[in-house]
Amino acid sequence: MTDQTLNQPERGFIVACQRDLKLAMRSRGETLQALVFFVIVVSLFPIAIGPEAVILKRVAPGVMWVCALLAVLLTLPRLFQQDYADGTLDQLALSRYPLPFIVGGKMMAHWLTTGFPLALLAPAIGLQYGLEARELVVLSAGLLLGTPVLTMLGAMGAALTLGVRGGAMLMALLVLPLYIPVLIFGTGAVESTMAGLDAAANLYLLAALNLFGIVSTPFAVAAATKISLD
Amino acid sequence: MSLFKYAAPSTFYPLAGKLVPWFGTLAFLLCALGLYLGLFVAPEDFQQGEVYRIIFVHVPTAWIAMFIYLVMAGYAVLSLIYQTRLSAMMIEALAPTGAMFTVLALWTGALWGKPTWGTYWVWDARMTSTLILLFLYVGYIALINAIEDKRRADKAGALLVLVGSVNVPIIYFSVKWWNTLHQGASISVSQGNKMATAMLLAMLIMALACWMYAIAVSLCRVRAIILTREKNAAWVAGINEIKGLK
Amino acid sequence: MSFTTLALSAKVITLKRGERDLFVDLSFSVNAGEVLVLRGANGVGKTSLLRVIAGLTVPDSGKLELNDAILKPLSELSRNHIHYVGHANQLKDDLTAEENLADALAVDAVATSIETRLDALNQVGLLKQRHVLGKRLSQGQKRRIGIAILLLNQKPIWLLDEPTNALDDAAVTLMCSVVDSHLARGGLCVIATHLSLALHKPTRELLMRELMAAR
Repeated sequence: MTDQTLNQPERGFIVACQRDLKLAMRSRGETLQALVFFVIVVSLFPIAIGPEAVILKRVAPGVMWVCALLAVLLTLPRLFQQDYADGTLDQLALSRYPLPFIVGGKMMAHWLTTGFPLALLAPAIGLQYGLEARELVVLSAGLLLGTPVLTMLGAMGAALTLGVRGGAMLMALLVLPLYIPVLIFGTGAVESTMAGLDAAANLYLLAALNLFGIVSTPFAVAAATKISLD
Repeated sequence: MSLFKYAAPSTFYPLAGKLVPWFGTLAFLLCALGLYLGLFVAPEDFQQGEVYRIIFVHVPTAWIAMFIYLVMAGYAVLSLIYQTRLSAMMIEALAPTGAMFTVLALWTGALWGKPTWGTYWVWDARMTSTLILLFLYVGYIALINAIEDKRRADKAGALLVLVGSVNVPIIYFSVKWWNTLHQGASISVSQGNKMATAMLLAMLIMALACWMYAIAVSLCRVRAIILTREKNAAWVAGINEIKGLK
Repeated sequence: MSFTTLALSAKVITLKRGERDLFVDLSFSVNAGEVLVLRGANGVGKTSLLRVIAGLTVPDSGKLELNDAILKPLSELSRNHIHYVGHANQLKDDLTAEENLADALAVDAVATSIETRLDALNQVGLLKQRHVLGKRLSQGQKRRIGIAILLLNQKPIWLLDEPTNALDDAAVTLMCSVVDSHLARGGLCVIATHLSLALHKPTRELLMRELMAAR
């Protein structure tokens, strides 16, 4: 039985993903908090800058994306912090499955519980800003393609800052500059739609970042995890 | 390999000590020459007048700021592959100098922007990416200072620099993309391509001066780092400067 | 089930932490069916040594060997042979006893049936508590789940850090018998403990002393 599973390192991805999804379901409240945070912060902007429809529509893509980015950022400690504290991260590192597959599974579970629901929720919130159907679709598509990159780069920061004093703030410092390309292409997609142009170029670029992240970040995050356990 | 001999802190320490004055002198001479060429020899710009001369500081510092990050990435690869402690110390020693050049580039850019465009800060592609580069430097410095265990700090820092350097071209490209999308003001350094030879020469010499300065200062700093880290090692007790202290 | 004959050895391992040398040029070897007990006062580096053997910590110099093959930290060879139980319970507060057991085995590529798992829980006396969440289990009960994982994990080299912590007498006896039967089928153990364990198998001891920083 053991030997069979060993020949399939990709099982490690599935097992780790299932494990983290189960854990996320057990603490649903915590998982929902990120979404609630997103809704609240997005709703703060009209109150702060006034309800003029033209201005709101102008800032909508930027506001939505920055809020999504912050919401993802707030959930990042969840990725490894608990496992690090209770010792299960040692177990995962010593697993027969290769660590890159395991952290890949964890990142997938993280995205399914943060970026994915955010992408589904965003169009509903986008209505508050007077975005039109086409723009909402592009916003959602951009978030679907872009938030995995936020998770992957964030996992890197989360793994590097494990157990470090003031880790959450430090992680933000490390990760936010790396988020800039996603922010640019994500908002660019919505803005070009608003200008009546094709959003495809921006979405393709997001997809490219996504693919690049999928092939490279599991190894970097695994390396970072090992460094933090050392 | 003979090169690896110098990867040992105990051999590198005296070598670095011998090199510092040479690079320091070179930096000073090149800087004097570069400033002379830039401030007195290079012709006045017919559009911007004398103000343009700040580019003899601005452009070289911006180049070197970017270059130092690349050098750090090179050391990061060495550090992660060969586990040489010295490489990690070099990254640590280079980072503050890199950050300083980035700040200088931003500052001189702002000083140049005010008389030229009437505003200190323009969100143009080059200034924005330099700002992001500063964030990367600050992130690295914050990370290695937050981690108490030096071994872990070395490895974590090296990995971060490596990931950062992979991202730098992506960030640079995305910022340019964003800039064209928003049709922002764009600073063109060369004012067309008819830059006078004296201007180019002065800029290159200034860049060399910055480079030599960076080497001298980071060698100084790496010596301090070596001493702090290895203060209990036998060879440190044998150094003449240290003997004098005891 | 029994394991192929194994021998684990450490060759001149040195580990520094900050400016302190935790251990210098440490060597030892353990053979199949043997247990190595690490002894020494708190802070001499017993846990660090276990983490070095596990591959979690990379030593400053020296190497580990398994049957003459070099055991690189967290290499496939290392991960296929070594099971490490640390200070922390390695359990999830939000999962039940049975789920904790199932997950710990699943992430380690060990496929088990529910019957096998319940049997293991029965052996460690937790059958009744199988639906109790990790956070509601006592410290001793948590350690018992650790024993259940040991029963099923199928790895030949066990590294146990103070395995008797928080265990009552009955559980200590259970722990010892589990280790004994592991050794009997050709497994080997490295245990950091300050107690004398009533093991039937040959025991090697490694007394670790505080090292002063090299001057």
